Amino acid sequence: MLRRSKTLIALFAVLALIAAACGGDDDSGSADTKICEVTDVGGVDDKGFNASAWAGAQRAAADFGADPKVLESQAETDYEVNLNSFIDEGCDLIVTVGFLLGDATANAANANPESKFTIVDFAYDPPIENVKGLVFNTDEAAFLAGYVAAGTTATGTVGTFGGINIPPVTIFMDGFVRGVRYYNAQKGTDVQVLGWDPDTQEGSFTNNFESLDDGRAFAQSLIDEGADIVMPVAGPVGLGSAQLASELDGIYIVGVDVDGFEADPNNASIYLTSVLKRIDNAVYAAADEALNGTFTNDLYVGTLENEGVGLAPYHDLADMVPSDLQSEVESLRDDIISGAVSVSG
Amino acid sequence: MSDRPDLPETPPEQPGMSSFFKDLTGAGSQINWRANVLVPALAILSALIAGGIIIAFGDLDTLKLWGSDPGQAASDTLNRLGDSYVALFEGAVGGLGPISETLTRAAPLILAGLAVAIGFQAGLFNIGANGQMLIGGMFALVVGFQFDLPTVIHIPLAIIAALIGGAIWGGIPGFLRAKTGAHEVITTIMLNFIALRLVDYLLTVEFFQLEGRNDPVSKSVLDSARYPKLIDFINARYRVHLGIIIAILAAWFIWWLLYRSTIGFEFRAVGANPDGARYAGMNVVWLIVAVMAVAGAMAGLAGGDQVVGTLGRATPGFVGVIGFDAIALALLGRSHPFGVVAAGLLFGGLAAGGQNMQASTDVGIDIVQVIQALIIVFIAAPALIKAIYRVKADTEAAQVSQGWAT
Repeated sequence: MLRRSKTLIALFAVLALIAAACGGDDDSGSADTKICEVTDVGGVDDKGFNASAWAGAQRAAADFGADPKVLESQAETDYEVNLNSFIDEGCDLIVTVGFLLGDATANAANANPESKFTIVDFAYDPPIENVKGLVFNTDEAAFLAGYVAAGTTATGTVGTFGGINIPPVTIFMDGFVRGVRYYNAQKGTDVQVLGWDPDTQEGSFTNNFESLDDGRAFAQSLIDEGADIVMPVAGPVGLGSAQLASELDGIYIVGVDVDGFEADPNNASIYLTSVLKRIDNAVYAAADEALNGTFTNDLYVGTLENEGVGLAPYHDLADMVPSDLQSEVESLRDDIISGAVSVSG
Repeated sequence: MSDRPDLPETPPEQPGMSSFFKDLTGAGSQINWRANVLVPALAILSALIAGGIIIAFGDLDTLKLWGSDPGQAASDTLNRLGDSYVALFEGAVGGLGPISETLTRAAPLILAGLAVAIGFQAGLFNIGANGQMLIGGMFALVVGFQFDLPTVIHIPLAIIAALIGGAIWGGIPGFLRAKTGAHEVITTIMLNFIALRLVDYLLTVEFFQLEGRNDPVSKSVLDSARYPKLIDFINARYRVHLGIIIAILAAWFIWWLLYRSTIGFEFRAVGANPDGARYAGMNVVWLIVAVMAVAGAMAGLAGGDQVVGTLGRATPGFVGVIGFDAIALALLGRSHPFGVVAAGLLFGGLAAGGQNMQASTDVGIDIVQVIQALIIVFIAAPALIKAIYRVKADTEAAQVSQGWAT
């Protein structure tokens, strides 16, 4: 018995020694250029916007011969530390994901004017010299989603809720509601939207981007009030809503950020469509600038026209969307791009 | 059931300790080298080994390599393990910056850990440290942004506010327990949710909310109420602040309270044997409320540490999961204030080192939580540790001088 414990300890000691010895010699092995992402508390595997930004960073890294790196923030107190780690590492571009990192990114950028930053969902006013803002006219795509939802609902009521009442969230809800209203105006219908009022800028918010339980609860209360199509704009919270919808009959979800059909395969069949926000393309474009010497702090704005935003295919539910409606959505897309239809109500 | 039909109705459950509770929390036991130092140390070692195995074999590319090139795979695996733990270690104690980071993270952990440990000492499970932190933090926040005072008054006032806020939120379940028998595990958990939603709501109320913002972000704490940074004259990024000193002083105070004061003796007496305590003339109802209020006050201080120390404002996530880490930490610290300090420093080091490990290797920060969880698994199953390492079975009369590996 004595022998066994000693053997274990000896084994660990040897392992530790070997490991320490091997560990020292590999500091210089990394590539010279780095694209570095700091996530918000949703984490890099949120199947939503952190993941989308990471996909863009990885794609850019592969194309431009750089190393992609990521630091996940577990709490707000981590933002500053994670940013500083990357500044110390001499990253060529630091990607911060989300409006909530706005203050931390501004502080880091002002303190380190030689580093380059790009931030998803934030436009500084006035702009900061070394930060490129990446924003998205998601209301253009959400407008289309609202139009589709209004044309597909069986109950005459659709709903939405958000994570936190911040512009990059509410812009989805604005577009969605206005798309429904546009449908009503065109068709003389009276489809109701629960959960958001674009005029007062008030509605339902979970106040977090993490709780799947909240996703269920908020969707359930919208369903209780008669909604049969729900658009959760709350990152991974929406996965909880999708789970609920897949347990019920006749309830459908409009995904956001990425195509829910692909990102959430367990519940793929209940995604009517998704409002795509191509954060990956935006990050890729910013990385292209930063690594190829053309970096500016000009704002990147994703639109239907430049395919920075878009509407996902209907996939399994294509039969639910009448072909007339499908072609109306196509022409509505063109009208929004040409400016013939305004999405800003 | 049928052979003893006249059993009296079970009396309402009182605080008090089963032998499992004592084994798990270390509360009520005498200071015992083997149970209080050796088993935790071995639990940490075991968790690091088990975590190492997960790190070593957690890389799919390397795993695939075992089939084609075992030599390369073995060396990759060892490299990965070595890089990870070296980074973890360096990020925790490898220089002034890492130490500053470790202490910054340790301060709220220690304070929240004390909140749980005090409960254990009185036979109570305080699962509500998170809620108590939130309320204490909000109290400190209001003092921090609302009053314009000189620093020497403002900081103490913010500290007192944090203590009061936490004490109220801790005292409520204490009162419910003492007066109605409502179990504190249930009530403290529920009060966590209430606190969380309350803070969500308050942060959107004009009085609290930052001007010009729609999202739940509070006004900033005035500089006069911010805990001063301790070594930022060396490097402005070293963010360790007064909070760690407050945490150490709080631990010392709790030690004094528990082991050198009459009321602390009564706290522990209630935990060891509530009926006995009542028989000895102690006011058990008041004592339970007092224990929970003191515990809540410590957690409140932890919340204040985040708001007027590290962050300088409140957002819905300002507490994170510190109040739950605190449970693990109190168990590891065997519910002794100094044990909590040691465990808090370890967890703070793991958090700081984990950040560094994440930054310099591709091992995710989640592994740190796995290691913390494994520590608790091994702590909660002392028999497992004793069996693995052949530590001799523990008795009340165990001799400290005995060798441990026989």
